[in-house]
Amino acid sequence: MSFSTLLLLVITTILANNVVLSQFLGICSFLGVSQKTETAAGMGGALTFVLTLSSFVCGILYHFILVPFHLEYLKTIVFILIVAALVQFVEMFLKKYMHSLYEALGIYLPLITTNCAVLGVALLNVQKDYNIFVGTVYGLATAIGYWIAIVIMAFLREKMTDNDIPRPFRGFPIVMVTAALMSIAFFGFAGIK
Amino acid sequence: MSKKNPGMQIDPELGRKRFELSRYIHLKKDTAPERVVNGIYFENPVFMLALGMCPTLATTTSVTNAVGMGLSTTAILIMSNLFISLLRGIIPERMRMPSYIVIIASFVTIVDFLMAGFTPAMYESLGVYIPLIVVNCIIMGRAEAYAGKHGPAASIADGAGMGIGFTIALIVVAAVRELLGNGTFAGFRVMPSVYEPINIFVLAPGAFLVLAVFVAIMNRFHIGAARRDDDWDPTGRFVCGDCRMCPRVHGCSGKPASDAAADGREGRG
Repeated sequence: MSFSTLLLLVITTILANNVVLSQFLGICSFLGVSQKTETAAGMGGALTFVLTLSSFVCGILYHFILVPFHLEYLKTIVFILIVAALVQFVEMFLKKYMHSLYEALGIYLPLITTNCAVLGVALLNVQKDYNIFVGTVYGLATAIGYWIAIVIMAFLREKMTDNDIPRPFRGFPIVMVTAALMSIAFFGFAGIK
Repeated sequence: MSKKNPGMQIDPELGRKRFELSRYIHLKKDTAPERVVNGIYFENPVFMLALGMCPTLATTTSVTNAVGMGLSTTAILIMSNLFISLLRGIIPERMRMPSYIVIIASFVTIVDFLMAGFTPAMYESLGVYIPLIVVNCIIMGRAEAYAGKHGPAASIADGAGMGIGFTIALIVVAAVRELLGNGTFAGFRVMPSVYEPINIFVLAPGAFLVLAVFVAIMNRFHIGAARRDDDWDPTGRFVCGDCRMCPRVHGCSGKPASDAAADGREGRG
């Protein structure tokens, strides 16, 4: 894969094929942790860290262990266990060695295990036949796309809190309407494909 | 729940009492009919608990996809509920989560292969969302909230009820999207030929929009009792479900993750 196709992959993954707004992965945390911009940014950071690492580790395990032993059918079980173990490990590591970062991200780490974007990227890497390097880059780009989307969403929700929203639309529905409008806006990027 | 912070119900019991099925219908608790009615309506995973959002948004482009997704999730939910219920005395407290994940992932793998073998067309169109059933909050949520504490028969009924509720919700959302966006229902043309399909409904924004309107309708008509309470606000019912589904409800500080983070490490969402 040449540099230009890789660059194109990164840009389309971040904008046109945004993980949240067009692929619907990681919706739970996108809706749940987007009440404040700072916390949304924290979640985005934590996810970027874990997603890049997990797509790298899953890639290595898939190509060097599962494929040689013809165990591809175990990939779902193996990947989810790797993600869960990795999140636990990252949490322990940060707690011991990078305490300030742990203070900032620690609270979101357990939520990431059930974030479908992490498992989704690991599975998509296999499905699309990406090698370890491209897979890791794809993971990083996906996470950046998520980060951008959740920060924009949090920003809009902060503006929204003082508005007079019709009662049935308060909370969940108005967030979904906002997401729909954001999704339409991100559709504009489809032209760059 | 305070007015200052409408985003959170401080007391999880409060929400539970308001939505409790027994307030409306008198059925014996933990029996099959009670569980099924509960799953379809009072604790409908999509409309009431806002769980399993990813498949709800992603696989409702057509009714056929919705049925496929709903039924495969139901099958996995019933099987994982049954096994977790049977093993509930054996699994040690500390190893709960990893064991549940392995059990669920095994059934997802089985369903993945069955669908690849018997319904290749649907397998193709659902794509990565079949293996992603592993991280569907509904399944983990039911394992944690119900199957780990109840007998096998009640757990099967609970899984079936939740699964049927999920399937119905998917079909309803998909029907609207397919009808407006494509003019068809499960592949058959329903709308008159002069109808110009509104493409946006089968695209990503349509998914958000249709679900938003449905949840708003549910909020308007369903929760009569809750609406009478002046301070009721559904905001923040989820960080993946509400307190009823939250695996960390024990030792929870009663604050949403975002607030807890702001106050340092007091709670875990």
